[in-house]
Amino acid sequence: MTTLSKDDTTLIRLTLNGREVQGRASPRLLLSDFLRHELGATGTHVGCEHGVCGACTVRVDGVMARSCLMLAMQAEGAQVDTVEGLAPQPDRLSVLQAAFRRHHALQCGFCTAGILMSLDTLLRDEPDADRTRIEEVVGGHLCRCTGYAPIIDAALDAAAELRGGDHV
Amino acid sequence: MTVRPDTFRSPERVEDAALLTGRAQFVDDLPEPGNCLHLAILRAGEAHAKITLDIAAAQALPGVVAVLTGADVAALTKPLMVGVRLPMECWPIAQDRVRYVGEPVALVVARSRYIAEDALALIDVVYEKLPAVVAPRDALADETVLHESVGSNLVSDRSYRYGDPEAAFEEATHRVEISVSYPRNAVTPIECYGLIAAYDPFEEAYDVTANFQGPFSIHSVISRALKVPGNRLRLRTPPSSGGSYGVKQGIFPYIVLASVAARVAGAPVKWVEDRLEHLTASVSATNRETTLAAAVDAEGRVTALDWDQLEDVGAYIRAPEPATLYRMHGNMCGAYDIQNLSIRNRVVVTNKTPTGLVRGFGGPQVYFALERLMRKIAVTLGLDPLEVIERNLIPAEAFPYRTASGALYDSGDYQKALEIGRTDARLAELLERRDVARAEGRLYGIGYAVAVEPSVSNMGYVSTVLTKEERAKSGPKNGAQATATVALDPLGSVSVHVASAPQGQGHRTVLAGVVGKVLGLPAEAVQVRTDLDTGKDAWSIASGNYSSRFAAAVAGTGKLAATRMRDRLAAIAAPMLGVSAEEVQFEGGMVTAEGAKPIPFARLAATSHWAPGTVPEGAEQALRETVYWTPPQLEAPDEADRVNSSLCHGFIFDFCGVEIDRLTGALRIDRYVTVHDCGRILHQGMVDGQIRGGYANAIGAALYEEYAYDAGGAFLTGTFADYLVPTATEVPAPEIHHLETPSPFTPLGAKGVGEGNCMSTPACLANAASDALGAEILTLPMTPARLRAHFAGEEPAAPEGVKPAAAPGGRGLTGSGEVEIAAPRQTVWDTLLDPETLERIVPGCHGVKKVTDTHFRADVTLGVGPVKGRYTVDVKLTDLVEPQSATLSGGARGALGSGEGSGRVVLEETPEGGTRMRYDYEAQVGGKVAAVGGRMLDGAAKVVIGQFFRALAAQTGGGTAKSGLLDRLMFWRRS
Repeated sequence: MTTLSKDDTTLIRLTLNGREVQGRASPRLLLSDFLRHELGATGTHVGCEHGVCGACTVRVDGVMARSCLMLAMQAEGAQVDTVEGLAPQPDRLSVLQAAFRRHHALQCGFCTAGILMSLDTLLRDEPDADRTRIEEVVGGHLCRCTGYAPIIDAALDAAAELRGGDHV
Repeated sequence: MTVRPDTFRSPERVEDAALLTGRAQFVDDLPEPGNCLHLAILRAGEAHAKITLDIAAAQALPGVVAVLTGADVAALTKPLMVGVRLPMECWPIAQDRVRYVGEPVALVVARSRYIAEDALALIDVVYEKLPAVVAPRDALADETVLHESVGSNLVSDRSYRYGDPEAAFEEATHRVEISVSYPRNAVTPIECYGLIAAYDPFEEAYDVTANFQGPFSIHSVISRALKVPGNRLRLRTPPSSGGSYGVKQGIFPYIVLASVAARVAGAPVKWVEDRLEHLTASVSATNRETTLAAAVDAEGRVTALDWDQLEDVGAYIRAPEPATLYRMHGNMCGAYDIQNLSIRNRVVVTNKTPTGLVRGFGGPQVYFALERLMRKIAVTLGLDPLEVIERNLIPAEAFPYRTASGALYDSGDYQKALEIGRTDARLAELLERRDVARAEGRLYGIGYAVAVEPSVSNMGYVSTVLTKEERAKSGPKNGAQATATVALDPLGSVSVHVASAPQGQGHRTVLAGVVGKVLGLPAEAVQVRTDLDTGKDAWSIASGNYSSRFAAAVAGTGKLAATRMRDRLAAIAAPMLGVSAEEVQFEGGMVTAEGAKPIPFARLAATSHWAPGTVPEGAEQALRETVYWTPPQLEAPDEADRVNSSLCHGFIFDFCGVEIDRLTGALRIDRYVTVHDCGRILHQGMVDGQIRGGYANAIGAALYEEYAYDAGGAFLTGTFADYLVPTATEVPAPEIHHLETPSPFTPLGAKGVGEGNCMSTPACLANAASDALGAEILTLPMTPARLRAHFAGEEPAAPEGVKPAAAPGGRGLTGSGEVEIAAPRQTVWDTLLDPETLERIVPGCHGVKKVTDTHFRADVTLGVGPVKGRYTVDVKLTDLVEPQSATLSGGARGALGSGEGSGRVVLEETPEGGTRMRYDYEAQVGGKVAAVGGRMLDGAAKVVIGQFFRALAAQTGGGTAKSGLLDRLMFWRRS
């Protein structure tokens, strides 16, 4: 087994929002810090660094993950999706993002990146997710501005639109 | 409902696209200067101690540029200004004595944050412990004094009297009194503090970008501390800030520290606070002990109030304290028409984090006492609680209404709000629901609360703490300067700048609408900037985002600046249109007058850039308009200590139904109604957003959140797993109703709305719980254990042989156990006293030194939950009875915390010739380990001790001791 010193850096390659990227990371560098400060993808936010607040949630190989609880090295070769990859075009919002704007489901917007990643994953994996299920998933995030209700409404609205129905 | 001509609907926010796509620029997203260094802060692990530091090893670590101690900072700064006249030195970093857990004790500047934190672990802090003062009533005893220069922990004691309270109490039919405690908490923003600081040694100037929220009166505090004139402190805010709720006012001591660090390091320094730092030491609301008495007549009419408030501001009275206590001074009678009032305000210091701005700021503390008292009056007199509220409300025709202590309530119709609650919000249905629930034997209760929500603080209210003589000496302070700038560029488009420093409240959206409306332009045509640069922008001491001042003061000032610009443009357009300036209209992007050919707005707006010579004589150039506005109603405190502490006074009527689980004691909110009057509503979506946010924060304060300390001052809630913030599953949507009585004192008729539910909701929920349980709720948060105690009686005693767990909230460790070792007693005894064997068998041990025959010192690595660190452990042996028993006592200290404890070991011979060792121990733990590992300490201690004894058994008994999971489970069962 290779022994790594905390001061050695290794080249990490991964696919970020569909594009191959690389950067150097020491063994102890968190994935959140690697994304933000090494790759410049500052849309992912850091709120607690102990896995409770959910602000740093990203998708690693299709699964929601707290990027503050992963090391950059663990993401070697992975498909990592972040908030920067959600919009279909630079000047267009996704269905979920647009629903957030319509419902005033964000204020300061700091926790929003993580919540969007969780909900985007949920609505992809479980298109029929109901209010209770959405509340459960949003319950994995802390938001101090909105009181959550507009977030739940936005998610329900986006889910309906994605299923091909009208806005609720 | 009144008509709202000035209101636009709820357009989507211009802020949102950047926030939703990850492009927004928060402070930690900003580009760093190429030579930027990183700061990490070593913090006190003890609540009260004299300290000595050894920083040599940290300085020697490669990548470390500078290590600063309190003395290094003091050499370049002055103490922070204190709001009362006291010989108290308030430094942003400890000067050879720490007074709260988390207080900065050393700064490390290094090439990266990771290296800086490595260096923190190399700084050796020796604490010479002093007794800690934790509870405010204990502080009054002055057995231990935090600041010897002050001589007492009681740092302010003022009494106020308005009307004739003594006579009112004399004449009253009833005297009803309540004593309540409001806990420490804060609306923790999800983005912590962050800044980049730089120093120019030739200009002797500091340049700081920080997610500070204001008030910018603090700019003066920072400048003075850094010993530079105001123009040598350029303070800037980033375009986006991740929430604040008052809390980001508290970054200012760190602005001082980072500025000095940058100066010493000779390069820009960046610091981003982590969550443990934030929860431990950023800022907290004050905890307050209040006794409130009412003089009440036979009908439940209150004729006088008598307040006794004991405010705990933590270890230092840090700016702007004691403002939490005085923010509400004008409205201490809430929504009630009570003209006799007495108040005693005492402020004490304790060994806890200094307090500061938190959403609600003083309101939650006041209304928890006042609204609980109103319910108690109803219960005492056998009246309906809502009836008692209603009998005492200020009548609708009394506005503007002058309160006993000097506030001028601008407008309101409180009776109408109650009417909306009864009709639109269907109060009767809820009453029926309670009847049904109770008939089924469920614990169901209804609570009410009314609150007057002050907004737009008078910058002079804090001076009410001074005597009139002291005020005369320091000069009057008053007002609330708001500012807005409207500028036209050479293509005739409109830009707006305000010094409101928002953290997500949508100021840009609202201002674009307000200014666009005045100039006849769509909101999308107006570009608004809210990032602030004190080196270039218009600002004043009242600038910033606090006291819910945006809608009432800043948006209104934006309207005034736009109107002034429109009037200048009208004067330029008048001769072109052949009409008088008064006849010029601004509509749909055109400037028109009846019968004249319209001019495109952009062409007219560009005139002063391209052809200033064409501006008619007597008219002013139209380029840039900066308006400062301060309301005349905000006067300085008068000779009789009356003060109009705030400009606007909104109103809230809340009621709710809650059910308390008979088994667990958990409170469930069944229905929550909140009726608001915040004057004219500028943006329905944002107003409702403010209400929902404040309400969710209040649920946290009422049910879950508390910054907890143990009796020794150790901080116990350093993670979001210990400090519980409500999530989506704990926050049922509130039902919101509005009425609008526009403020006559603000340009748009709007009042603040951001803080009201933080004031009303905790009291409303507590009243409901009180109704459900028929019990007095005297403190928060209403945890299941606290509520259950009201109806479930005492906890049953522990079964025989089982030691009860340590009291919740404390981090005292206790344990006992026994282990059998297949070795003779003397062998075991000798092993326990041999440093070489101990080194092999103590888990994580790097070495044991025998200081004396009965004093051992070990260097040990221990892990507790998420924190693993190295400790120096000292163990002293006493009561030695060879080879039977010994008492072990000692302590451990390391970068992650410290502990002290003692234990007793007894060795007995077994019939088989082996040894049975019994032990018990108790210990107290402090520092980072207590803050983040508390939940895991007991388990971790048992694991470590178990490992030790297994190793001991293996060492002495030739491997007869079993190990592995089964053994460990057996061991746990026995211990």
